Amino acid sequence: MLSIKNLQARIEEKEILTGINLDIKPGEVHAIMGPNGSGKSTLASVLAGRSDYEVTAGSVEFFGKDLFELSAEDRAREGLFLAFQYPVEIPGVSTTNFVKTAVNEIRKYRGEEPMDAVAFLKLMKERMKLVNIDQALLSRSLNEGFSGGEKKRNEIFQMAMLEPKLAILDETDSGLDIDALRIVAEGVNKLRTKDNATLVITHYQRLLDYIVPDFVHILYKGRIVKTGGKELALELEEKGYDFIKEELGEEVEA
Amino acid sequence: MDFFVITCKTKTLKMSELKDLIQDKISKESFSGNGSLKALSQKGLQLFNEQGIPTVKHEEWRYTRISAVLNKDFSYAKGATAVTAKDVEEFRLPGHENANELVFVNGIYHAELSMIRSSADELVIIPLSEAVKGEYKSIVDSNLGHSANYHKDGINALNNAFAYQGLFISIKKNKSVEHPLYCYYINDARSENVLSQPRTLIHVAANAEVKIVEEEVTIGSSDSFINKISEIIVEENAQVHLYKIQNEDSHSSCVKTTHVRQVGVSKVNSVTITLNGGVIRNNLNFILEASGCESNMYGLYCVKGNTHVDNHTIVDNKMPNSLSNELYKGIIDENATAVFNGKIFVRPDAQKTNAYQSNKNILLSDTATINTKPQLEIFADDVKCSHGCTIGRLDEEALFYLRSRGIGEKAAKALLLHAFAIEILEKIELEPIRQYVDQIISERLDFKI
Repeated sequence: MLSIKNLQARIEEKEILTGINLDIKPGEVHAIMGPNGSGKSTLASVLAGRSDYEVTAGSVEFFGKDLFELSAEDRAREGLFLAFQYPVEIPGVSTTNFVKTAVNEIRKYRGEEPMDAVAFLKLMKERMKLVNIDQALLSRSLNEGFSGGEKKRNEIFQMAMLEPKLAILDETDSGLDIDALRIVAEGVNKLRTKDNATLVITHYQRLLDYIVPDFVHILYKGRIVKTGGKELALELEEKGYDFIKEELGEEVEA
Repeated sequence: MDFFVITCKTKTLKMSELKDLIQDKISKESFSGNGSLKALSQKGLQLFNEQGIPTVKHEEWRYTRISAVLNKDFSYAKGATAVTAKDVEEFRLPGHENANELVFVNGIYHAELSMIRSSADELVIIPLSEAVKGEYKSIVDSNLGHSANYHKDGINALNNAFAYQGLFISIKKNKSVEHPLYCYYINDARSENVLSQPRTLIHVAANAEVKIVEEEVTIGSSDSFINKISEIIVEENAQVHLYKIQNEDSHSSCVKTTHVRQVGVSKVNSVTITLNGGVIRNNLNFILEASGCESNMYGLYCVKGNTHVDNHTIVDNKMPNSLSNELYKGIIDENATAVFNGKIFVRPDAQKTNAYQSNKNILLSDTATINTKPQLEIFADDVKCSHGCTIGRLDEEALFYLRSRGIGEKAAKALLLHAFAIEILEKIELEPIRQYVDQIISERLDFKI
């Protein structure tokens, strides 16, 4: 569904992504790990369409469409979802109204009728259970005054409502205690089908105990330097990122 | 009711005619004995004669050029016009079924078109010329014209000159007025340009509670200018809510001065909503003369076209332990201009004052303008005061967040702008009015859920 070829991007004058290649197929879970500053969040932002970044080379196809030809909203309407590392607080907009607007904008794009209030409420109640979020929270201003855990659960709740084909989880584990992490991960797992895919971006292995990846990629200095199965994450946890540097050092010297 | 009606046509407010007109009225037999009223009218006339309409050279009028709007033929306050109940029907505000409706035509209270539901033991409405003679004499004598201490300019003086045709309203002691007061200020500009001078003195007695809604209305397509002064005295334990809705065409301008004296420990909330118009100047003054007063001042201006809106506010803390909280927000589009000037005085006796002020603006076009200026003058040492202003565009991160969920750019902007406005709308504690304003704003911003 997603095919990234030699993707290079920069912010202002700084090169951040230096040539990423990645293929994601329906049903798969991919994890991207890497030290701070390796370009993990930049990759998520470029895919979701944040305008701060300039793509300087390469291509990304999403179900055969050139992703860079699509606006941020059209990417979402085509089925791409980014769970934010730092969800934005928006006073004056309730989560319920926000999600309802999003659901109906996506339906409109697909030529479907807007969802009526009753059907929406029913769907919402069902999806709320997935992440153990209550209605009182959803009627409050979006993310305003929410705890770290509540914000991340709200991200997964939105994902549950929008049913994306590809979900990118950007450091969803950051700022979560172990209980909140488990709830969030269980929510993600329940949403998995053979037709959708998940790209988990994380610094730590811990989240991958709960969301088990099919592939683990190590990002370093803006490119993927190593790919393996879930055991690679464990190896990384055990040896730290230095072992990658050593491996690369050997390569460079050889 | 014994109201004076005057008619006069002048070129650029020709002083000699105005003088003759007013002198003639206040020297009449029926006017004798109206000491403070007569004195105020005379003083107003004299001061206006000296100062004229303020120009941009006047520090308080630097950004608002009313002289340009007034530089043409205007008919002064012609009270008896052809305005009918059917005309009034056109612009009655939602919830009017449960309201006292006070109709002012060309500045003069029109009892026949008004609908008073509250009984006389809680709500008294009489001409100022009557109030100044009877049981309210001392209240009128000590309060009428108090705003002139804060506005020493010709436009305030001009209204003072016409004070003799003003209205006195009293909310009686211990009465919570169930029916809000809806005040419609109608200028009948069907046949000529109208300059009206509405004047009210509102007395809210101890332990009384009242909600007042004001709206300006112009009938017809000639120019309309309302120069209004409301002076409000709030006694011990009283609560007052003041809501202003300003939504007019470009040919309708106004200067509205609302001067609130909190003479006992009391609470007053004010919400000023400006949606469009010509040149709009709102003076809002809170004079806190007792310890422990609370004053909340909220404003939202959501303007476009060539609308010019100027909110000048004053909070004068004279005694200790008062709280004032001020938040004005603006959404300015096209060629519209907004001015915000917030003065806070903390006098030497006003220790432990808490005074907060904030003005936040969003500019939607390159030709929209905001001039914002906080002015704090603090003469006490143990106070908490803060002020701040922001001028910006929409938050890019918030916009991206919404778009990343599939919400198109236009809808996302509308959602954010509505969210920006709603903080003020929520301060209107009169549901039909809040809904009414929300609906207008939503339509303006093309906001839908």
